[in-house]
Amino acid sequence: MGKRSRKLVSKILGRVWRLFRRWLFLMLSFGPMPEHIAFILDGNRRYAKKKKLKMGAGHNVGFNSLVAVLRYCYELGVKYVTVYAFSIDNFNRKPEEVQGLMALMKEKIDELLEEEDTIVHKFGLRIDFWGRLDLLSESARLAAERAMAATANNTGPVLCVCVAYTSTDEIARAIKKSCSKKREEEAAGARGSIAVADLEKNFDSAHCPDPDILIRTSGETRLSNFLLWQSALTHLQNPRPLWPEFSLRNLIWAILKYQKAHPYLEARRRRLAKKQN
Amino acid sequence: MLPSLHLNSTLNCTTLNYSSTLLPLRGSRRRTRRDVANESLVPAAHPARRYPSLSASLAPAREEEERKEGALLPPPLRPETLPRHVAVIMDGNSRWAKARGLPSSAGHEAGYRTLKKMVELSCQWGIRALTVFAFSSENWTRPKMEVEFLMTLFENVLKERLGEFLREGIRVCIIGDSSELSQSLQKLAKEVVDKTKNNTQIDLIVAISYSGRKEITQACQNIARKVKDGLLEPEDITESHIEEELETNCIPEFPNPDLLIRTSGELRLSNFLLWQSAYTELFFTNTYWPDFGEADCFYLLWRYLCVLHKSVIKFASGSPFFLNNSGPFHLNGHERYVPQIIFLLQMRVDASQDLMDHRFM
Repeated sequence: MGKRSRKLVSKILGRVWRLFRRWLFLMLSFGPMPEHIAFILDGNRRYAKKKKLKMGAGHNVGFNSLVAVLRYCYELGVKYVTVYAFSIDNFNRKPEEVQGLMALMKEKIDELLEEEDTIVHKFGLRIDFWGRLDLLSESARLAAERAMAATANNTGPVLCVCVAYTSTDEIARAIKKSCSKKREEEAAGARGSIAVADLEKNFDSAHCPDPDILIRTSGETRLSNFLLWQSALTHLQNPRPLWPEFSLRNLIWAILKYQKAHPYLEARRRRLAKKQN
Repeated sequence: MLPSLHLNSTLNCTTLNYSSTLLPLRGSRRRTRRDVANESLVPAAHPARRYPSLSASLAPAREEEERKEGALLPPPLRPETLPRHVAVIMDGNSRWAKARGLPSSAGHEAGYRTLKKMVELSCQWGIRALTVFAFSSENWTRPKMEVEFLMTLFENVLKERLGEFLREGIRVCIIGDSSELSQSLQKLAKEVVDKTKNNTQIDLIVAISYSGRKEITQACQNIARKVKDGLLEPEDITESHIEEELETNCIPEFPNPDLLIRTSGELRLSNFLLWQSAYTELFFTNTYWPDFGEADCFYLLWRYLCVLHKSVIKFASGSPFFLNNSGPFHLNGHERYVPQIIFLLQMRVDASQDLMDHRFM
């Protein structure tokens, strides 16, 4: 009897919390809302060390935190969220850790796609993977391709996961594509030089607008080769909490800071667009 | 937790608290006209004191050498722990002038004076390269009078300071889309770059009419030309090919900045050195550029030292990659810190802890 009443109480509290969240997000949406937020998920290992967890457990906790933050973002109405999950530089870490991360990725992708009540089904999420997927382990790569194929036709918000990704590598690949396309065009007789817009079309992020906010947790002040081209006019933030500690409160504060800086940002963005055209 | 910093010389920004890394600080607010008026009542900061070099206690034999190189560098900074290449976005001139009820041209002139001081400081303290964002390609949309004033200012500065560049050993490089500049300024820029190309004291890169995206696109066009001429296949294009074509390659030893400073509290890159700032520490400060002084510069270099120190602690605390003598030595992105890390390790982690605890008055 006690167990049932406890379940009932937690259900009611859950409903109250959801209602409160909806009201809070409604208040926030009176100001300008970001369309695209990018996260650098930094601090998982430090969190595991701090809480004396097992090796690799920090990434598990980080994933749970990611799902929670994604839920809040999509409830807020943010259309695109990009996360920096794994860099090409991270392949230099210990092999056990890298393998653990690959296995975690596969496990979590399968969980998100197959289980019933996940954010993929709730919001009609479209998942996209950016980066050199050929550098991943076989199982992780297949899982990623499966996720992209399964959600390709969804019309809801978009989650872009950067695995085996560095921004300089993305730009190099775009330049490679542009150069080979240009060579073919010149062979067919077309003339003209490569413009900024032409190069942008060959990026992994071609269909995504530039991020409005870039949040790096754990207080580090570097971009670490993430979205260098796209973050020309992005509002850069680096809150102190580690990624597993990043909560709704930090997200709301980040958006409030963005709203404070927004009018100036908008004017600059219009001027940059005018200049490029 | 690091203590808050109180300097004897007047800081023109509010006293900074270490518990928050970047801006805006809780409780801080934009400076109003009253604040500006009150500041003019405060006595101006006194010039830098000459502090005795720390090395006198550690290695007396090196004292002479230290005196020549780092004697003007206040401790706990050491010439070896400074960033080799510093980039600065000189933002806030117009707002500084507006706060004082002056026209924006006065703000730009004050900004130029601050830049002069910054270049002198970099020469004295031993920063090897300084890149400044003088004029962005977006700034062409500003009011015509302001743009013309800035172009005239650049011409006058280059003409007047050429002698000083040659005397002080400053090598000047101008990056950006020079086709948008006037003919006289283009000619003058080329002349200054040619005349100073053999100087070795410090490299000063001035970005005029510069856009990071356009720079990368220009590199792409150069590479496409090479592909067309059959010198390179598209499949063989690597990141180093692209880096060679970027304009910051005029400093081949360290084209990427170690530290990027942006004044006036804006938290973005604004299309400056996008490719090059992949691993750069980005520090933002609330001060407007004309108010940016030696104390602010010192504080940011001190924070850079803290970042370096974190890397030292990481390595010295038994990371398997560091202590593993049999396997490959992976620094996980910290390769560029190696000379500084080795220096700090030589002083032993406890000695560097003394550096961190050092209070200065």
